[in-house]
Amino acid sequence: MKAKFLVPLFIFLLLAGFLGYGLKLNPRELPSVLIDKPAPQFRLAQLSAPDVAIANADMRGQVWLLNVWASWCVACRQEHPVLNGFSRQKVVPLIGLNYKDGADDAKAWLREHGDPYDTSLVDADGRVGIDFGVYGVPETFLIDQAGVIRYKHIGPVTPEAVRDVLLPKIAELKRAG
Amino acid sequence: MKPRSKRLVLLGGAVALLVGAVALVLTAFQQNLVFFHTPTEVAEGKAPTGRAFRIGGLVEQGSIKRAADGLTVQFAITDTAKVIPVTYKGSLPDLFSEGKGAVVQGTMGPDGQFKASEVLAKHDENYMPPEAQHAVDEAQKTAKTVKQ
Amino acid sequence: MIPELGHFSLILALVLAFVQAVVPLVGASRNRLALMAVGRPAAQGQFLFIVFSFGCLTWAFVTSDFSLQLAATNSHSETPLIYKITGVWGNHEGSLLLWAMSLSLWTVAVTVFSRNLPDVFMARVLGVLGCVSTGFLSFTLITSNPFDRLLPGAAQGRDLNPLLQDPGMIIHPPLLYMGYVGFSVAFAFAIAALLSGRMDAAWARWSRPWTTVAWVFLTSGIAVGSGWAYYELGWGGWWFWDPVENASFMPWLLGTALMHSLAVTEKRGAFRSWTVLLAIGAFSLSLMGTFLVRSGVLTSVHAFATDPARGLFILALLVLVIGVSLVLFAWRAPTLSGGGSFGLVSRESALLGNNVLLAVASGSVLLGTLYPLFIDALNLGKISVGPPYFETVFVPLMTPVIVLMMIGPFVRWKGDDGDRILRKVAPGLVASAALGLGLAFAIGHVSWRTVLGLSLAAWVLIGSIQILVQRIADRRGAAPGARLRSIPSSWWGMWLAHLGIGVFIIGVTMVGSLNTQIQVKMMPGDTAQLAGYTFTFRGVKDSPGANYAAARATLDVTRGDSKIATLNPEKRFYQAQQMPMTEASIDIGPFRDVYVNLGDQLEDGAWVVGLFYRPFISWIWLGCTLMALGGVFAAADRRYRRLAEREVPVGAAARQVA
Repeated sequence: MKAKFLVPLFIFLLLAGFLGYGLKLNPRELPSVLIDKPAPQFRLAQLSAPDVAIANADMRGQVWLLNVWASWCVACRQEHPVLNGFSRQKVVPLIGLNYKDGADDAKAWLREHGDPYDTSLVDADGRVGIDFGVYGVPETFLIDQAGVIRYKHIGPVTPEAVRDVLLPKIAELKRAG
Repeated sequence: MKPRSKRLVLLGGAVALLVGAVALVLTAFQQNLVFFHTPTEVAEGKAPTGRAFRIGGLVEQGSIKRAADGLTVQFAITDTAKVIPVTYKGSLPDLFSEGKGAVVQGTMGPDGQFKASEVLAKHDENYMPPEAQHAVDEAQKTAKTVKQ
Repeated sequence: MIPELGHFSLILALVLAFVQAVVPLVGASRNRLALMAVGRPAAQGQFLFIVFSFGCLTWAFVTSDFSLQLAATNSHSETPLIYKITGVWGNHEGSLLLWAMSLSLWTVAVTVFSRNLPDVFMARVLGVLGCVSTGFLSFTLITSNPFDRLLPGAAQGRDLNPLLQDPGMIIHPPLLYMGYVGFSVAFAFAIAALLSGRMDAAWARWSRPWTTVAWVFLTSGIAVGSGWAYYELGWGGWWFWDPVENASFMPWLLGTALMHSLAVTEKRGAFRSWTVLLAIGAFSLSLMGTFLVRSGVLTSVHAFATDPARGLFILALLVLVIGVSLVLFAWRAPTLSGGGSFGLVSRESALLGNNVLLAVASGSVLLGTLYPLFIDALNLGKISVGPPYFETVFVPLMTPVIVLMMIGPFVRWKGDDGDRILRKVAPGLVASAALGLGLAFAIGHVSWRTVLGLSLAAWVLIGSIQILVQRIADRRGAAPGARLRSIPSSWWGMWLAHLGIGVFIIGVTMVGSLNTQIQVKMMPGDTAQLAGYTFTFRGVKDSPGANYAAARATLDVTRGDSKIATLNPEKRFYQAQQMPMTEASIDIGPFRDVYVNLGDQLEDGAWVVGLFYRPFISWIWLGCTLMALGGVFAAADRRYRRLAEREVPVGAAARQVA
């Protein structure tokens, strides 16, 4: 075997190494900076009751899910049946964060597609969303009894994600708490 | 010509070609690479002056304004930590809007205004361009380290 | 039910692909005819199952079955029928199925048209194609099943991305995939040749028409894609050096080199290992292109939703296919010494020079495309490599290619007299340089790029005429008509394709030198001037389409007193995707396009309008058409069919190098 005929192979292997490394840099694998950090402070009005605000402290002592949604978000429609099913199981409270949306649009949307949320918080200017590091809607955060973010799901929640990731993680957190 | 010297000529030609091509590629890279910076880096003066670069981030809410001529657009791009004002003359991509991710390419003016020659937004409604994500990501990371 | 049938049929296709991969290869190595014979029916059966599966998927789209995840995310009940159908491949899963279907179509074509190949060789070719097909079908089924259900079904679909709802998208992906995947045949022939140790003129002759046809598809696919970008993206540009465009351009460059290298191997038996390497390279770059697009390693306007798991799978596939081929190459190629020797001044040298330049050009595109990834991987920051890099590298690399391209046909095989060639081509070269300079002055744009571009174009045109004249003069005695008729179709193919490059260069140079554009703010009744044309804005009306709302503007274009055209650019809003889209309106002419797009409406009621003047831009696609047509002529040469039949016994008996 002459060495010069191996040159193409070596060039290719080098290239493949870089490509493999590039996969690790995939922009969609977001290294969420907030995981295992306390959830950002918020104090927001509820969609159904604008005068009653909810803040972090109100959720202390229980495991809960925060789902970022908006009536303009197309992918939310896809995950909505999943959320409806999830809330019927009454595992943990599901709080909506209505992100950069109009109150009337949002209410109409919930009437049309069903309301899985224990309550929805109004984040009209998206400030809280930015604090949570929301890149796109929908996103879902799992928060524990101490108010620490334990997991972040990016994009629409699928039945598989509920079954294989969210429910086991919730059970684990409940046991630990 | 003897086969041996013919081989040498061919080999020499190939080597010369390769060296030339490599030199060409390297100089082309030298002159045409566009570096990417986050708004925070730009605010800290880490971005080059007099050379084009890219900034990514969110288009700040309420920042889009059109000048009197109707063609020049002013807006601000932010990574949630720092805000960079941008002016741009030309057609904006269809999906460019406030609160959404965007990447701008251009040079920093002496007045602190970024003069964009190109504005890019991804053809995807729900997600941001990776560079814009990266910028917000970096800003959030720094914010967290400062707080703790 | 129907999607489940499609899914099941796809699984059966995978089983057959596996059979096609293993049994004939085992048969070939043990010299068992019965085993080798399995390849052909397996390939044909596989094709039927994939077509059926594809049909089922299409059926789900056409009937708006939104209990199918893919249809729910890429179609809508209001979408026009044709875009329901193209929606099938306007997404990751469906486009993979299209990929697999084209591979299978090529395989069946090999079983039908190359019936006279020796059994052992055919078995190996089918085995290799079966391996590739097994890899892609399992990729599809494991990571990207197009038949995933969405239960309960959605009431309405999310619709196909509006950018893809365009006539160009109907034919662009199928053409491009036929081209990409078509290089798999040349690849399979090369691997089969490595396995059997025979890489002779007969092998090159068998590969040539396949390579040429794949190249024709790829050329047309790229051209259609560029045309689509031109009118659909609404920026008046025709090539953006976007990673996905580059992914199709790299195999094109290497495929072009391969076609020419195969010619030398067939005619003179030289460059054998180089030809094999090019065949592996062209297909590898096709696979690499699929990887780049599908893995999301590089993001671009084309990227569908991406997923790292898919990336890893396809990278593994890439490493397996290319890695094994290159190991095989390193092991077997050294035995292929020899081949015809040739002098320094010979047609072989000219072709070798062009080959090397094309390969280097392809490498420089690869480097530019992947460089941001390298820099990121080495943690040196985030960068982007823009069009200026590619333009800087490409002009100096392609200039000698074009010059050599027209000298080559004058030079004799094996060896020629340098002075004789110089005497032949020098007048043409000098004339073209002078013509280029003169034309640049005439159009009033004297930059080195314009002069160089016009000179090269003139050189191609002058050279083409000179070659044709010489070709006719060479056959003395016969009547002119008979002389013309006696020229083989493959020669016309070469001539046309080269002429097409000249036409293409004219387009690129003129657009690059003389294009102008402005953005203006217009109220109804306002006029604007550009490049001697007057644009009168008549106002905007609502003009709803099937699945979108649109504002439609009317502009009258006049030149002097004569009316040229009425243009209707639109600003559309697609309801299902909540996505705005700019739809440009173009008056296409032989020597210029006038192009208008509609921007935003301003607070005072005026509209922002973009006006573009694009001289000679259609020549770009005319050039591509001539190139593709040249490929068709070359592949249709009678010689291949005749020789394939006549020389098979000779080929079969050719020496075996173990």
